Amino acid sequence: MTIECVNPEGLRFNQMKSSSHQTLETRMRPILMKGHERPLTFLRYNRNGDLLFSCAKDHTPTVWFADNGERLGTYRGHSGAVWCCDISRDSSRLITGSADQTAKLWDVKSGKELFTFKFGAPARSVDFSVDDHLAVITTDHFVGTSSAIHVKRIAEDPEDQVGDSVLVLQSPDGKKKINRAVWGPLNQTIVSGGEDAAIRIWDAETGKLLKQSDEEVGHKEAITSLCKAADDSHFLTGSHDKTAKLWDMRTLTLIKTYTTVVPVNAVAMSPLLNHVVLGGGQDASAVTTTDHRAGKFEAKFYDTILQEEIGGVKGHFGPINALAFSPDGKSFSSGGEDGYVRLHHFDSNYFNIKI
Amino acid sequence: MEVVDIDARAAKLGIDWSQVNFDSIQLPPGEDFGIESDDEAVYQDDQSEFDTGFGNIIVVDHLPVVPKEKFEKLEGVVKKIYNQLGVIKENGLWMPVDPDTKMTLGYCFIEFNTPQKGAQTRLFLMVEYFLRVSLNVWGSLQEAQNAKEKSHGYKLDKSHIFAVNMFDDFDRLMNVKEEWEPPQARPYVPGENLQKWLTDEKARDQLVIRSGPDTEVFWNDTRQKAPEPVHKRPYWTESYVQWSPLGTYLVTLHKQGAAVWGGADTFTRLMRYQHSMVKLVDFSPGEKYLVTYHSQEPSNPRDASKVEIKVFDVRTGRMMRDFKGSADEFSIGGPGGVAGASWPVFRWAGGKDDKYFAKLSKNTISVYETETFSLIDKKSMKVDNVVDICWSPTDSILSLFVPEQGGGNQPAKVALVQIPSKVELRQKNLFSVSDCKMYWQSSGEYLAVKVDRYTKTKKSTYSGFELFRIKERDIPIEVLELDNKNDKIIAFAWEPKGHRFAVIHGDQPRPDVSFYSMKTAQNTGRVSKLATLKAKQANALFWSPTGKYIILAGLKGFNGQLEFFNVDELETMATAEHFMATDIEWDPTGRYVATAVTSVHEMENGFTIWSFNGIMLYRILKDHFFQLAWRPRPPSFLTAEKEEEIAKTLKKYSKKYEAEDQDVSLLLSEQDREKRKALKEEWEKWVMQWKSLHEEEKLVRQNLRDGEVSDVEEDEYEAKEVEFEDLIDVTEEIVQES
Repeated sequence: MTIECVNPEGLRFNQMKSSSHQTLETRMRPILMKGHERPLTFLRYNRNGDLLFSCAKDHTPTVWFADNGERLGTYRGHSGAVWCCDISRDSSRLITGSADQTAKLWDVKSGKELFTFKFGAPARSVDFSVDDHLAVITTDHFVGTSSAIHVKRIAEDPEDQVGDSVLVLQSPDGKKKINRAVWGPLNQTIVSGGEDAAIRIWDAETGKLLKQSDEEVGHKEAITSLCKAADDSHFLTGSHDKTAKLWDMRTLTLIKTYTTVVPVNAVAMSPLLNHVVLGGGQDASAVTTTDHRAGKFEAKFYDTILQEEIGGVKGHFGPINALAFSPDGKSFSSGGEDGYVRLHHFDSNYFNIKI
Repeated sequence: MEVVDIDARAAKLGIDWSQVNFDSIQLPPGEDFGIESDDEAVYQDDQSEFDTGFGNIIVVDHLPVVPKEKFEKLEGVVKKIYNQLGVIKENGLWMPVDPDTKMTLGYCFIEFNTPQKGAQTRLFLMVEYFLRVSLNVWGSLQEAQNAKEKSHGYKLDKSHIFAVNMFDDFDRLMNVKEEWEPPQARPYVPGENLQKWLTDEKARDQLVIRSGPDTEVFWNDTRQKAPEPVHKRPYWTESYVQWSPLGTYLVTLHKQGAAVWGGADTFTRLMRYQHSMVKLVDFSPGEKYLVTYHSQEPSNPRDASKVEIKVFDVRTGRMMRDFKGSADEFSIGGPGGVAGASWPVFRWAGGKDDKYFAKLSKNTISVYETETFSLIDKKSMKVDNVVDICWSPTDSILSLFVPEQGGGNQPAKVALVQIPSKVELRQKNLFSVSDCKMYWQSSGEYLAVKVDRYTKTKKSTYSGFELFRIKERDIPIEVLELDNKNDKIIAFAWEPKGHRFAVIHGDQPRPDVSFYSMKTAQNTGRVSKLATLKAKQANALFWSPTGKYIILAGLKGFNGQLEFFNVDELETMATAEHFMATDIEWDPTGRYVATAVTSVHEMENGFTIWSFNGIMLYRILKDHFFQLAWRPRPPSFLTAEKEEEIAKTLKKYSKKYEAEDQDVSLLLSEQDREKRKALKEEWEKWVMQWKSLHEEEKLVRQNLRDGEVSDVEEDEYEAKEVEFEDLIDVTEEIVQES
């Protein structure tokens, strides 16, 4: 892996002349994990950081050892692309949302399917609440139904599990997908973002729309990804408008904006350092140039506070669709349209980066 | 007329309003059907007068005075003339006769077909217009106007030249005072300083960019490593913008016409030039005149498109001349070729006098002069089969190229013609030529003609150069062939104001680049090769406007490879890449270069500014980036000697600027530090707030988790800033005292 360090002016290609420029070359070999046959869609670590769960357009979510990239097992049962997953705090349960119009609960250890939530439309995103007693699931619009956010109660004992929704929230524009919905602090709110470029905060009890991002400062195009801080205080959104934005989760105040050159498909925040990572690239169908550099399939590191680019990690042959930091912040993984998961353990040079 | 009536009428005629595009209907110029336009700028005051209803009557004066016997004959002649121009109303010609002498009075009235009156609404006006157009009869109002325009000055014979007026103008003409009153001299009001941008204290240059709907003018501030905005406007232009050749004006294009902007501080509109649906504009080199172009696609695809070209005086806004015709008259391409003419149609002679401009059309070169805006000697030059003309950039010398004819029996020819005398200064016949391209050196000293010749088999071509030395006696011509004469020539460029030129030749993807000089050390009259650089990734050449430096660029297909080359020392100063670059433009001083990725493709649109020696200074990304253009500067007032003197004593001057540079860079790093500090403090505030809230909610969270106290995120991992100091190398050096 190469982390190229750039000076504050953001000069990137001028290695020889400028004296203020420094290049940090760290030869860290990423672990290439080839277990999926189709483009990756989502990556998530468990709380301990020893397991990495990956979802892809093939129908089989997979779990890996986060340390050496060894494949541990797969969860078979879906019959469509799997868009999203979440793991309970104690790493016992896995929830997955799929294009086969279901969300499924799994036993992490045995790989056993515990329950299937059936919807009339593809399930786009899933998220467990703080206490793992609730899950928020978003569904796309489909024949006869409009996109919606569903809240389901998750029973302690899978035997008691029922499919009824506690709450259903309709998006103002039912034709636009809700790409991501997550729980706010203390399960009091639900934060959603999607194709209509707006971020909304809903009351998780009443379903009332509490806040909506300002059109002026907010994203201009579809929001593709949303990642929240460990303490639920702030979250980062990535959008096709080639920016990622950092928001306060309680007030929906825009705190930072990170600008890049390609549509953003995936975002992640380092739990350890003040770094955010953006991944993306031209839409696969729009990649026409022969030069692989043209697509800019790089995971780009930014300084969270200064909003300046620190460096980039290349490697994927295609857009990056998923990014995740391990909970200790010492490694991160990326999933690409190329079907690979690349697992990177940072070396000491990374922790020395100063800008 | 009520809308209902209109609908009824339309229905009667079988017109479906949804099929009618009102915007596409253009009223004829000056025609308003008696309805006052609310656009005061377009219509003059005199049109708001009452319509007398005689708009279709003209008065023809200066007819021969004839006796009764000849009356009918004259009437016949007049009728014949005017029937060609419009339909005369029945009994519409009235030639008064002196009741005493029975002689005619030498004038007559002609009334054309009565137009429909009573139009009150714009909608009705459109209905009228639409009907007339669709029925292909245009009202007599226009006929009268047309007849007036066409026959005014018509020579019946030597002593009878028609003077034609509209009947409606009669009152106006009657009121002309007998005595001439001198127009009042208006007090002089000094205009804005149009050259103010040249007095910038930091001697920066401006550039204009267009991205998305916005057009912006910047200072290129390389000290701040950022552009400093001057003026920004969304939808400033409806297609593109262009600087005038000396940089005084910025021209914008609109539906109604073109406008020029400039002035001391911000860009104010200085003048408008009415030309609806203007497509292209061009300035004369001394920026005295603006040429605007509009072409209309023919409704019948077999017809040639209609072209209208107007020449305006830039400062007064007055239209000096307009040219109308079919596209064929303005281009040499055969019918059925591209719609419209190749631009610029009118090519201006070199120099700042703006004296002559020339147009090339089939077998003719028409050279106009700007004093009268008419052809020199009142006739065009006939040159059979001429396909290309090119002015010297400094003198009124025209070079022209005539290809081979008669299957090679008549050789191709390149000739130099002096204007206005039309004397041929020099010509050269060339054999088995497939194509020629003419390149003038910027100070008009040399002309290079790239000649593509057929090989003996006529299956392929090879290239060579004919080099004309214009400023020498008899204009000697030298033939230059490349070392490998089968090489294809990819690009050619003269050094501005210099004696050298660069050629890219050979095969893609790695052609060679050669530099030649028109002088050798011993002999100033011989061309010599300076160097050949082998296998370069280049397909375009960009000389610095001051000469000496050149960028060998691999645009588009070569992914934006740039090589900054010093031709004096014949060494590469830097190589760089602006990935996917599509355009390169030097600033007018030759200090900086802009490379840009325009929206030919969607990725990484924006521009980069480089120093002349290839150091990247800054980069701006803009989505939907369309255009970038440096503001040109007028030529320097310094003499060549003075410039040389300054170059020699540059050290003396540079001290001051170096000190300034350092101050700015210190200030910048200071500002940067402060900005960072502020950002960090702001962030800390957020983090503190988050922490305290998190703490407050601790109990609630615990309850949610059924009493589990494991809020361990904070304890397990701690963000620490660790500083490392690595000793890389220790060298000991013993310095011996001598």
